[in-house]
Amino acid sequence: MNDLIFLILGMAFVTYVPRLVPFFIISKLNLSKRFEAFLKCVPYVALGALIIPGVFSVTPDVPAASLIGIGFAILYGLIRGGMIIPVLGSVLVTFLVLLKQGAF
Amino acid sequence: MAFGILAKTTGITLLEAFLFSAVVFAGASQFIALNLLATGVGFGGIILTTLLVNFRHFLMSSYIASRVDSKMKRAFPIIAFGVTDESFSVLSFKKGALSQIYIIVLESIAYISWVTGTVSGYILGGFLPDLLVKSMGIALYAMFVALLMPEVKQSYKALILALSAGLLNSALLYLDIFPKGWSIVITIIFVSGVGAFFYEETGEEV
Repeated sequence: MNDLIFLILGMAFVTYVPRLVPFFIISKLNLSKRFEAFLKCVPYVALGALIIPGVFSVTPDVPAASLIGIGFAILYGLIRGGMIIPVLGSVLVTFLVLLKQGAF
Repeated sequence: MAFGILAKTTGITLLEAFLFSAVVFAGASQFIALNLLATGVGFGGIILTTLLVNFRHFLMSSYIASRVDSKMKRAFPIIAFGVTDESFSVLSFKKGALSQIYIIVLESIAYISWVTGTVSGYILGGFLPDLLVKSMGIALYAMFVALLMPEVKQSYKALILALSAGLLNSALLYLDIFPKGWSIVITIIFVSGVGAFFYEETGEEV
């Protein structure tokens, strides 16, 4: 255990403060209609921005694997919905495509 | 789990890997930190990068703060600690009021899984087939998709917002003009700003 603990504490601090501050400003402010509308968009926008480039980084050497995997989650979500089957299914599908591609 | 597996390969101790997950609790930035450590970047640089990478949580916290009762004030420091991409995405698509107990239970489950995943990944990582470990990386994105799909089915606006955000963020990352972590912050502010404009125009539920 060397000075890595200082790095961990420093990272924890700069991570925690931006997570904490909004709770103390937002709840005090009377939000304008426009800002409320802005916040309502954040979930869709944030998820879209996380998924679309992120999914390509899962299996960078076999892009088809992560694409087919996420394709399963999208299709299953369209037809049936739910959480467990799309998540486990996409892992399985990705795994099978990787196996088939022989990416050992 | 993946964090623990990677941590072991970069040569940090089990205790340090555990502390990263237990004290920082921020997936993406922990991976980036390992990467930067391995390439010899100094602590200052890593901490600054962490600030930039995790700044998106400022926006996510703002959203959650707008949906919680100010009576929960005493729980704010705990709730805020648990704001991650995962807990945010589940909370934001939960219909109706967010109760304190719901938020804390959800965040605790996410926290416990992250920390135990790190430790078990560190210990078991060497025994799992590499292909399976790689495939597990898709689970996070599949979860995001599964959360988004019911919304997308209900309104084309959710689809437009999510797609344009994905395209803009990809374009910004590809152009590589902003420091790590900022393209998603800019994307969220820009696309939500444009979305808010239309939302106000039509006065319709997004």
